[in-house]
Amino acid sequence: MDTIITSKVLLTSALPMLTALLIMFSGKRPNLRESWSVIGAILTFLSVLSLLPHILAGGSYEFTLATLYPGVNIKFHLDGLGILFAGTASFLWILAGFYCIGYMRGLDEHAQTRFYVCYAVAVGAAMGAAFAGSLFTLYLFYEIVSIFTYPLVAHHQDAEGYAGAKKYIVYLMFTSKAFLLPAMVIIFMQCGTLDFCYTGILNGIFPAGANHTLVVVSYLLCLFGFAKAGIMPLHNWLPSAMVAPTPVSALLHAVVVVKVGVFSTCRVMLSVFGVQMLQSLNLGIITAYFVSFTIITASIIALSKSNLKARLAYSTISQLSYIILGVAMLTPSGITGGLVHIANHAFSKITLFFCAGAIFVATGKKDIKEMGGLGYRMPLTMIAFGIASLSMIGVPPSCGFVTKWFLALGAMELKSVGLLVVLLASSLLNAGYFVPVFLKAFFGKVAPADAEMTGSLENKPLILFMVVPLLITAIISMVIGIYPDLFLNIIHVMVGA
Amino acid sequence: MHMEKYLILNTLSYPVLSLIMLVPLVGALLSLLIKNETWLKIFGLLVTLVTLVLSLPLYTCFDLHTAKYQFAELRHWFPLLKLHYVVGVDGISVLLVLLTTIIMPFCILCSWNYIKKRMGEFIFVTLVMETAMIGVFISLNTVLFYIFWEAMLIPMFLLIAVWGGARKDYASIKFFLYTLCGSIFLLVAIVALYIKTGTFFIPELMDQPFSFAYQMWIFLACALAFAIKIPMYPLHTWLPAAHVEAPTAGSVILASILLKMGGYGFLRFCLPMAPAATLYCMPYFIALSLISIIFGGYLALGQTDIKKLIAYSSVGHMGFVTLGIFLLNDQGLKGAILQMINHGITTGGLFIMVGMIYERTHSREIADNSALGMMIPIYVTFLGIFCLSSLAFPGTNSFVGEFLVLFGAFKKSVVVGFLAIPGAILAAAYMLRLLQRMVWHDSDGHAHHDSAGDDHGHKLTDLCFREIVMVVVLAVFVFWIGLYPTPLLKVMDASVTHLLHQITAGGTPAPVTPHEGHHALLEIGNWLKQVAAF
Repeated sequence: MDTIITSKVLLTSALPMLTALLIMFSGKRPNLRESWSVIGAILTFLSVLSLLPHILAGGSYEFTLATLYPGVNIKFHLDGLGILFAGTASFLWILAGFYCIGYMRGLDEHAQTRFYVCYAVAVGAAMGAAFAGSLFTLYLFYEIVSIFTYPLVAHHQDAEGYAGAKKYIVYLMFTSKAFLLPAMVIIFMQCGTLDFCYTGILNGIFPAGANHTLVVVSYLLCLFGFAKAGIMPLHNWLPSAMVAPTPVSALLHAVVVVKVGVFSTCRVMLSVFGVQMLQSLNLGIITAYFVSFTIITASIIALSKSNLKARLAYSTISQLSYIILGVAMLTPSGITGGLVHIANHAFSKITLFFCAGAIFVATGKKDIKEMGGLGYRMPLTMIAFGIASLSMIGVPPSCGFVTKWFLALGAMELKSVGLLVVLLASSLLNAGYFVPVFLKAFFGKVAPADAEMTGSLENKPLILFMVVPLLITAIISMVIGIYPDLFLNIIHVMVGA
Repeated sequence: MHMEKYLILNTLSYPVLSLIMLVPLVGALLSLLIKNETWLKIFGLLVTLVTLVLSLPLYTCFDLHTAKYQFAELRHWFPLLKLHYVVGVDGISVLLVLLTTIIMPFCILCSWNYIKKRMGEFIFVTLVMETAMIGVFISLNTVLFYIFWEAMLIPMFLLIAVWGGARKDYASIKFFLYTLCGSIFLLVAIVALYIKTGTFFIPELMDQPFSFAYQMWIFLACALAFAIKIPMYPLHTWLPAAHVEAPTAGSVILASILLKMGGYGFLRFCLPMAPAATLYCMPYFIALSLISIIFGGYLALGQTDIKKLIAYSSVGHMGFVTLGIFLLNDQGLKGAILQMINHGITTGGLFIMVGMIYERTHSREIADNSALGMMIPIYVTFLGIFCLSSLAFPGTNSFVGEFLVLFGAFKKSVVVGFLAIPGAILAAAYMLRLLQRMVWHDSDGHAHHDSAGDDHGHKLTDLCFREIVMVVVLAVFVFWIGLYPTPLLKVMDASVTHLLHQITAGGTPAPVTPHEGHHALLEIGNWLKQVAAF
């Protein structure tokens, strides 16, 4: 199918930005402000949806907005990988929009207008990254995400918030300046362009005679430059960023921010370097083993965390590396498994964060040790938590199983026992840190201190703003485990092309 | 006449270059007749705006396809010495002339309430300054160039010494001595060139096949003057003092235009007149530029005074400019020239922002100006834009310049490229640190809102209309160059290509033999020994 050149692709990232403006100007009227947020999210999702049929038919959209220097363009190019990410993120923004209302009002947070504005801009920038058609465009939106999520992480404006936010911005800006910038320059020097390769994932943009040392150097710089992907040892910003309000952790640190990092890494691997180049230099398998370390280590650290959000943060670090692991296998099944996990992990992890937030708003509890008997007070929330946990572990018929299935296939295609062991071990570890939470909630003892809980929202209607979205995401993470066709088709278009 | 082969004479209906140079001077003289302060300010603003409008055809009617000097005017001046009044601009200087005419109205606007005494003299000095600065960029004659170069010194000295801060005497004299010191060597070089060639005409001087040793002397004499002006490590120490004590307008002029004269001088004198020496000295100047970049950034990181921080950041940014110049490749040079324009806009904007907050809180300390985010959101928004531009955020002007310089650096050598990267990291570090403390909280981690009130404990007021106009216009330039720099790159294209041709063509006939280079350096070494003995 053909490439359609249309400025319509600008709409998807422009809509959230426009939403941010509207939110800014209706800051004095909370109901109007939050309606804008939800309406903006719905329109953004619809705009992505309207682009889907052409992509499914194997086509793509393209638009060049500006040329900074010959070869350095602000260019948008939408294909399967982009729409998978954009669709997931914009759909979850709708649910998160409702959830925010419940959370922010439930806790009576300050500076809510700033919160909603930055939230919308961050999502808009993520859309831009998903639609990026050149490395420079990707970098541009990647950086905008960093800057506009800073106020969200520092939201509470206390010492802890500032410390977390400082760590956050230092990690992200340092890596992007220190690694991404030289990587871009080197790639530009070698290829004469920063545009992605639009003809499938096999060939990158490097010319045949490219200097192999520089290719390897720029690849490694890219791998570490996108620190949002949370690959160890550059993962430490993520647990620190958990000081943010939970809707931020949910949408941004499970879906938007971290996925921008992972998405960028995958995009660079597939559309800049290309499968053949990575294979011929053995970079794929090295990356796979490298991220395996993150998968296992992050899971082990998660076991030791008793703060629920911290445990989820380390779980995220581990799960993000699954995505890169899959792509790094460079086999069709591996890449499919990795990419589909962008969506799968998003739905499951946002459910878990939503649950953590709902528990905090309703009962004021953050620590797993205090959650004994919670299953009877918040049954729906904890059931959703259980479903999402199953997905994280990879139990059928949840969507996590689809991922693990394809990743295991990929490992077998590579005939790599090592990677299979990694997958198996990490699944066991996942079970190790999620099952106890569930067990504690339903079978654990009620803590004596429970009488004096702080939050008391569980019987108020506002809690519905939180419980309904998390039920929906939990159900979806089951449904896409049973009917994974849509996502697989999108990826098939991408991988098969 | 033989000089005309280098020139394209002015075809506009008015002598554009002479006019934009003279209008501020005439304005300055006329301003002496006005006594009312408000009218003085309005008059000053009008003069700078008229100059700006008159200079616009320089951009619209510029011929992109030639490296000759355009809009040129050639008149006999002093026939005995074969001295002509000759002005003209090429793709490099036209941008700097436009930068000057664009920045000057801001200098008047940002002083609207800042300057409390001697308003008449202030307007006079500022307008004379504009004449001198434009003069430097349009002169094609070494004598004329030198006259304007020196003429600039006095108004700038006065700006610091009369309207400056607490240590204005120290700062102004330091500025004066440093710059004068450099200028003397420049004068020696100009006289030497005249004795050798019998001409003051700059384009002609570029075509002379000087011996390597002679080039070396000329190069070093000029480079010293320009390295002080730009300023380059280790000759930068006058800059922070001058910046901190200067009034806002002085800082803006200093950062936006004066520093650019160093870079311009390198491009106009050192590179084309002494190409072989340039090639020979290239590694040393690249090394010095890298030191400037990292040293400037490192010092900026520790500053508690906002102006000082921006001053040191200028040292780092100018390091990128000299790095780009001495890479001697297309991308490096274009990046350097673009970075000069960018720095003029961004740092000009930052100094204007600092002036605004100083008018409100009467302090330039970061600690006294913290936690502004909730109080004056419009101010903070624009501060954010200029800070991000300064750290070369993608989509802003500085990114394009920095990217091109880095591209040139990596092309020259991967090692040089990687050595320049810490500069980019440091820029992000000190600018985000500044932004974080000013917007959110001070260094202790406590936001104390009361300290940010003015002397009388009143609440801070956000930007007024005049101030918003200023920052909006500058912000438009930030994003315009950031997203669509092609017009600027096109303007400089032919001249940069020509310059590179001059260097490659001139670098070869006078061979760079180690022996001869050694000889020239030995000569200098001997001379230094004699001086030391004396």
